[in-house]
Amino acid sequence: MVLLGPQRRPGLDKVVATLGLDGPFATITAGWQERESADDELTQHLGGAAVNLRLWQRRQDVLDRDPEFAAAWRHRRAVIDEMQELYLLGVGHTVAALDDLRAQDEASDRVRDLAIRDAEEVLRSLDRRHLERVREVHAEFYAAVRPHERDLIAGHRAEVAQILGQAQAVVIAGGHVAELLDSQHLFNVVPAGLDRLPIIAWSAGAMALTERVVLFNDNASRGPRSPEIYDDGLGLLRETVVFPSAHQRLHMHDLPRMATMTRRFAPAWCVPLDPGTRVTVDAGGRLEAGTTVIGPAGSAASLGHGENQGGING
Amino acid sequence: MARQLAIHRLRARKPLDENAIDRFLERHDVPIVEGEKCTFLFRGAADEVWVRHRIVGQPQQVPMRRMGDTSLWYVILELPAGSRVEYQLEVRRGEHYEQGNDPLNPRVANSPVGSSSVCQASGYVEPDWSFPDPEARPGEIIDLAVQSRALRRENVCRVYLPARFRDTHSYPLLIVHDGDDYLGYASMKPVLDNLIHRLDVAEAIVVFTSPGDRNREYANSAQHARFVAKELVPRLESEFPLLSKPSGRCLMGASFGAVASLTTAYRYPDVFGSLLLQSGSFVFTDIGNEHGGGEVFDPVVRFMNRYRAAPRKVADRLFVSCGIYEPLIVPNRSMIPVFEGAGMQVRYVEARDGHSWEDWRDRLRDGLSWIYPGPQKYVYE
Repeated sequence: MVLLGPQRRPGLDKVVATLGLDGPFATITAGWQERESADDELTQHLGGAAVNLRLWQRRQDVLDRDPEFAAAWRHRRAVIDEMQELYLLGVGHTVAALDDLRAQDEASDRVRDLAIRDAEEVLRSLDRRHLERVREVHAEFYAAVRPHERDLIAGHRAEVAQILGQAQAVVIAGGHVAELLDSQHLFNVVPAGLDRLPIIAWSAGAMALTERVVLFNDNASRGPRSPEIYDDGLGLLRETVVFPSAHQRLHMHDLPRMATMTRRFAPAWCVPLDPGTRVTVDAGGRLEAGTTVIGPAGSAASLGHGENQGGING
Repeated sequence: MARQLAIHRLRARKPLDENAIDRFLERHDVPIVEGEKCTFLFRGAADEVWVRHRIVGQPQQVPMRRMGDTSLWYVILELPAGSRVEYQLEVRRGEHYEQGNDPLNPRVANSPVGSSSVCQASGYVEPDWSFPDPEARPGEIIDLAVQSRALRRENVCRVYLPARFRDTHSYPLLIVHDGDDYLGYASMKPVLDNLIHRLDVAEAIVVFTSPGDRNREYANSAQHARFVAKELVPRLESEFPLLSKPSGRCLMGASFGAVASLTTAYRYPDVFGSLLLQSGSFVFTDIGNEHGGGEVFDPVVRFMNRYRAAPRKVADRLFVSCGIYEPLIVPNRSMIPVFEGAGMQVRYVEARDGHSWEDWRDRLRDGLSWIYPGPQKYVYE
């Protein structure tokens, strides 16, 4: 598996060449939403040997033609949106408390650090509980709508599995990570063969491969908000949280903030995916030694030999 | 050494005659902006000339000087970078006084009470997101005639549907007072297209409503509030795929339109989750009822005084903006702690600008992206 930074100046053809892949490729551009089919340039980079899985259009087809499924799908989305907002309130207050604690100059370092560790544990606990609740909502949804028993969805799944079965590798583009993840889950891409094929993914495509998808944007119009857990990813990339365009979207110069982030998501490694970045992942779904990560001090660090097996603990 | 101002170079010219002034005016845009120094000019027969502006805390009638025996009058004002200052010129000829826009300056700022000349100081740039962008897919505007029993008239609203509008999606709703003016003077259609395209603002259905008798309908009118909350919102929610909950409903307006938004939310406090209030005419008095705003402000002042005596939460979130070069800056600043004290989350933004649609246009990204933030956090290209 190879992870790339944003492809505004695409270097995909070179990556494909160095990996010795010549297709056929299955492509996933569901993150581009209604522009999903505007993939001519992508296909060119793959030497023309590409078939787009059209996951977003397939999902739209299901939403248009299966009103019962569509109603349940919209309800689930509304519930998750609501949960996300409430979870963020808790995260926001906890992060504000952490900022206050760090500013306590008169407290002894030891006492202050203990208080900071306690607040960080609260943060991790909020993340954990949120993810559990999101899983419960998904489980209820799938139990209620039973997608595998719906002919329309089953038909799409079979077509997706057939294309994956004939592909030599899969390419997953960036875009809207929630749309990308949702359509990949709905059409069962992992059991259909994604886990057995070489994958090249960038930005949101790389995020979707992780175990936990973390949303972030320190430059948001509402002001910097703490990174937030969104959902389980596909789980093919282990113990890793990826941050596309990290230098643009994160306040990387704020080392205490970055250090808190690494402790929050440990034992997973926080990996910046800036333009030009190329990260290689081994067959077990773990980062290779030498990968640039955000280290415990909040600054960029290189992953040493053996570290990719255990990670760090707070 | 700093280069002399253009007006001083002209003064030093010999002979300084009307031909030299003709050539000078041909070469310069007026006012002449050189760094923070702005030279205002008037040419013509006059006994006295003043620049009149409405900046609080500054002399609002600034005398101009005549240049020698010529027909040219001038004054140099220092304006901080990025400022837009609205002004007019007042001319005295004998006993006759006349006030109007600057005939040498084609730039005007439009507001609900007319237009003024405007001086754009150095560093002011019209935001790029206010111009049509061929990359941004355009939304669609359709007319919706709403027969109002409350207002006893038909109100033809414009409904903005975002590009890629889908019936299967649920959208937040924004209702805009003085809708036709926001569309005509504040470029709101391209602004919405661009901000949605750039992921700054969520896809939303935006309804532009315009007043009949503005001074009556927007000055704390029970009929207007009933029209918005009991006629317009239910009609929209029956015809369009809307979120239909307070967090998905926002009222917006400028000047008296902000008063209409605030007073409507006050009368129906559980309907609207957020308000976007620009240069609100929130005039109040601390003692007595004399406010100097004329009788159209009487119902506004009565409402504001009552509200300040017993503030209450009318929405969860308020975006409030005001220009610092307009008299309403004082009541707007005063209302922020009152709104916050009533338990509302307030984002307050000031600008070096005045009371005009251009000011309100320039604040739209701040306001709309805070009220209905776009999906930036989900998109990683």
